[in-house]
Amino acid sequence: MIGIVVVSHSEKIAQGVVELCSQMGRENIKIEAAGGTGDGRIGTDAMKIMEAIKRADNGDGVLVLVDMGSAVMSTEVALELLDEDLRNKVLIADAPIVEGSIGAVVQASMGSSLEEVKSVAEQSKSMIKVKE
Amino acid sequence: MITRDLLVEILKNVADTIKENKELLTDLDAAIGDADHGINMNKGFKTVSEKLDTVKDKDCGTILKTVAMTLISTVGGASGPLYGTAFLKASMAVNGKMELDNEDIIKMFDEAIKGIVMRGKAQRGEKTMLDALIPAYEALKGSLEKGDDLSEAFIEAADAAKEGVEYTKTIKATKGRASYLGDRSIGHQDPGATSSYLILRTVANTLNQQED
Repeated sequence: MIGIVVVSHSEKIAQGVVELCSQMGRENIKIEAAGGTGDGRIGTDAMKIMEAIKRADNGDGVLVLVDMGSAVMSTEVALELLDEDLRNKVLIADAPIVEGSIGAVVQASMGSSLEEVKSVAEQSKSMIKVKE
Repeated sequence: MITRDLLVEILKNVADTIKENKELLTDLDAAIGDADHGINMNKGFKTVSEKLDTVKDKDCGTILKTVAMTLISTVGGASGPLYGTAFLKASMAVNGKMELDNEDIIKMFDEAIKGIVMRGKAQRGEKTMLDALIPAYEALKGSLEKGDDLSEAFIEAADAAKEGVEYTKTIKATKGRASYLGDRSIGHQDPGATSSYLILRTVANTLNQQED
C-alpha cells in the first residue's frame, strides 16, 4: 500500500488535509503531515519531511503532495537525504494538495502502484469544480 | 589561503551580518515576497553560529556540511534548501581539508552555484540570488587568475555582487513568490541577491581585517 505525505508551509494546512483525507475512511493507508518549521513558523523543513516519508512507507513507496515554492525544494532535499532504497520509491506529485491528496488516498487504498497513485493525484489539476 | 579557524571566523561573522541586516532583508521581502527572508536567515545563521562551536576542530568539509544541514533544517523558507544545497555542494568539494587554497575556493564557489541552479531550476536574469552570485564568481575567478591575492579577489567579488543586486531592481521576477507580482516586481531589489551580497561582503571584510 502506497503511503501519502502532505507538505505545506502551514502545519495546520498539512494536518487539515490529512484530517480531510482520513475521513475517506481508509484506515489501512498511512497519511502523514509535514507542515511548517520545527519551531512552529510558516515554512518547510526537509528533516521533518524526511521523517514523515519514513513513517508513511510500509514497503511499497510514498507519494508526496506539496503546496509550493520551498515545499518542493525542501522535499527534493529530503529525498536526497533518504537511503537510496527508499528514495527510489518516493515521487512528488505535481498537483494541488487538497484535491490531489484525496485522489491519491482513494487510489492508494485500492492497492494501486506508486505511478498510478501519482497519475490520479495529478489528474485533479484539471478537475472542473464550477460549470458555467 | 583560508585556514579552518579562519573559515569558522568568516561563518560567525556572516551570522552577525545577517543578524544586523535582519530587518533590511525582511523589509525587502515584504515588498515583493512573503516578508520572512530576514527572519528566516537570522534563525538559520543564529543556529549555525551555535553549532559551529561543536565542529570547530573538524575539517573544512565537515564544518561546511554542518552549516548546510543546519540551514536546511532551520531556515524554513526557500533560502533554506537553496543556501543549504549551496553549502552542501561546497562542503563536498573540500572534504577532509584543513585549509583551503585558491583553487579549492573557486571550486567551492562553482559547486555552490551549480547546486543553487539545480535546486532552484533558475538561471541568471530571473531576479534571484544567482544575479549576485554568478557575477561575483566570475569576478573572483578573474581576479585570482590575474594574480590578485584572495582578499583583493573577494573585494572584487563583493563589488560585482553589489552591482548584481542593483541589476535585480531593473528586472522582473520569474522565480519564487515575487513572480506572482509580475511587472510590479520591477523597481525592487531582490532579497535573496541582497543576502548573497551581504555574505560575500562579510567574507571580503574578514579576509581584509586579517591583513591589517
